[in-house]
Amino acid sequence: MYRPEYQNIFTQVQVRGAPEWGMDNENQLMEERIGKPGFSNLLGWLGNAQLGPLYLGWLGMISLTTGLLWFVIVGLNMLSHVNWSIAEFIRQLFWLALEPPSPEYGLRMPPLNDGGWYIISSLFLLISVMTWWARSYALAAHHKMGKHVAWAFLAAIWLFLVLGLFRPILMGSWSEAVPYGIFPHLDWTTAFSIRYGNLYYNPFHALSIVFLYGSVLLFAMHGATILAVSRFGGDRELEQIYDRGTASERAALFWRWTMGFNATMEGIHRWAWWFAVLTPITGGIGILLTGTVVDNWYIWAVERGFAPPYDGAYGYEAYQTMGGQ
Amino acid sequence: MFPKWFDKWNRDNPRDLYGPAILVGVAGGAVVVAAGLVSFGQPFATESMQTGPRGTGMHVTRFQSAVNTPDPTIAEYFTMAAVPPLDDAERAGDVIEGAEPLLADLSVENYERLIEAMRVWTGIPDLLTPGEENYQTVVARSMIQMTQELNEGWGAHTNNNPDSGNVGVNCYTCHRGEQVPNNVWFKLGPVNANAAGWSANQNRATVQSQFTALPSDALEKYLLENNPINVHDLDARVPRDMANPATIQDTYRTYSLMNYFSNSLAVNCVFCHNSRAFYDPSQNTPQWANASLGILMVQEINNDWLVPITDVFPEHRLGPVFGDVAKVACATCHQGYQQPLEGMDMISDWPELATTGEPVYATAD
Repeated sequence: MYRPEYQNIFTQVQVRGAPEWGMDNENQLMEERIGKPGFSNLLGWLGNAQLGPLYLGWLGMISLTTGLLWFVIVGLNMLSHVNWSIAEFIRQLFWLALEPPSPEYGLRMPPLNDGGWYIISSLFLLISVMTWWARSYALAAHHKMGKHVAWAFLAAIWLFLVLGLFRPILMGSWSEAVPYGIFPHLDWTTAFSIRYGNLYYNPFHALSIVFLYGSVLLFAMHGATILAVSRFGGDRELEQIYDRGTASERAALFWRWTMGFNATMEGIHRWAWWFAVLTPITGGIGILLTGTVVDNWYIWAVERGFAPPYDGAYGYEAYQTMGGQ
Repeated sequence: MFPKWFDKWNRDNPRDLYGPAILVGVAGGAVVVAAGLVSFGQPFATESMQTGPRGTGMHVTRFQSAVNTPDPTIAEYFTMAAVPPLDDAERAGDVIEGAEPLLADLSVENYERLIEAMRVWTGIPDLLTPGEENYQTVVARSMIQMTQELNEGWGAHTNNNPDSGNVGVNCYTCHRGEQVPNNVWFKLGPVNANAAGWSANQNRATVQSQFTALPSDALEKYLLENNPINVHDLDARVPRDMANPATIQDTYRTYSLMNYFSNSLAVNCVFCHNSRAFYDPSQNTPQWANASLGILMVQEINNDWLVPITDVFPEHRLGPVFGDVAKVACATCHQGYQQPLEGMDMISDWPELATTGEPVYATAD
């Protein structure tokens, strides 16, 4: 049988010794770590085969608890909407939602069955997300790392807060928030674009798409480059940064000779980080301006020369319908 | 089974067949499929109808099989040419005892012709039988007047055919041989249990939400009640007190109605709108104006013709939740076609239904 040299999907052949416990420094990290470490072949195909131990901490406890509360409140509300029928719950799952309050309640507390549960669950979700963020910051501090992960996460949280907190407050109504449901949140996205005259003409939406697609492109280029030079040790990126080897040289030369310019082994990660972070930052700005500063993006764009005006007739009469079919 | 030399050669020359076979099979299969698609076209051929100038992306794409399959109810349509009455023709009311008073002025031939046709169109064999004052008769009286009004007062919508210019409607346009027309609708009320407000009227797959999660009360709010459908502000920035009061939730409901329009006529957004500026009348197509007339017409049918006769119907013909009368909307006539019955002439043979006044018969040359 013809077989490739490597049997796994992404990572190297799994080498196993005693579980790695990590450092035990002045922050009592060791005693806060919970769970008996184990190994999984399946996990080893996708990443590191070792599972655990885990540092949860009080931030993690709060985050998981409140997050679970949000999840359960949403689920029970959906279940109550189908009158507690499990079969209907499964059948209608993608349609069901916990909706924000109706518009007439503004920023007041609505009845529980008309958005009250939405407000309560959203409070739990807010606590959950913010404590998880604080945890990502604190763990980085414990490890004496930079806070890049926390700041990147905060960029995503910015968009989350704009959608569910800042913009509803500026608009004076919780009804502006996004429903918790599969299809309903997609309907919200469409309706939001339609209501405010086509979000495609919102330049911050455009920027967000640039950074989103740019992130994808950079991710593909970087991932491909490193895989291509991993036979020379290119996947040991940190070593390549402080002690440049042939992998790094080849990767750099490949792009220089391909397009004249190449990022550096360190700088490519700044490119990727900024593209990723700017996606929700610019997107959040665009959402925040919609309905608060600009009410019709198409007209806004035409007035500012961002989109071309079409003067004169379209000549629609020239186009035939299918004879009534 | 095979000669010895063959087995020996195979033993001496081992080859891995399976790995390459899968690779060659997959790649070869893909090539065959691609070549087939290029040579013969894709098997489910589509037809695109361009609805706007190049560069706007305005077209409605449908499967050719759907476009080329005629509406099956066209073949079942019954019609009979009108008989221009002679000057000394007798009134039906004078000859037929208990003739329907509304039609009593017609000549005997035309009266009988029309009654027979209406019985076939509606599938009610004893419709307008003299002396039988059942609910169908009472409803029919109202519906005959409605049909005359639709042809006379709403000709801009019901007679809008760029090809022949003579379409109109008669009983069959809605009934298609059924006692209760297809695609009528009733009020649903809240579709979710244990909820109120906008949590209660959406997020369920219903026929009226077109199986989306959008609100299920769009037909009631826009085609029975007269709530504003438009949701846009017509300036880049509008002062709060002058802004369109439509919320995101109102936009869901409008979107639900637009989904209903699309499915009722087998078209898409750009049949009527330039999708980059849905609200802009100067960028809408002529079909949009026609559809807007249709909205007004449906509101009139529901409020002036159907709701007033609610009490005439027996209970089993009324809505299951609110006991409301069956109401119409686009699909009741259109039934998935741009024009009901694909624009067939429904009126030339039936001058009695074309006008609220005296029928005008074509004189035989």
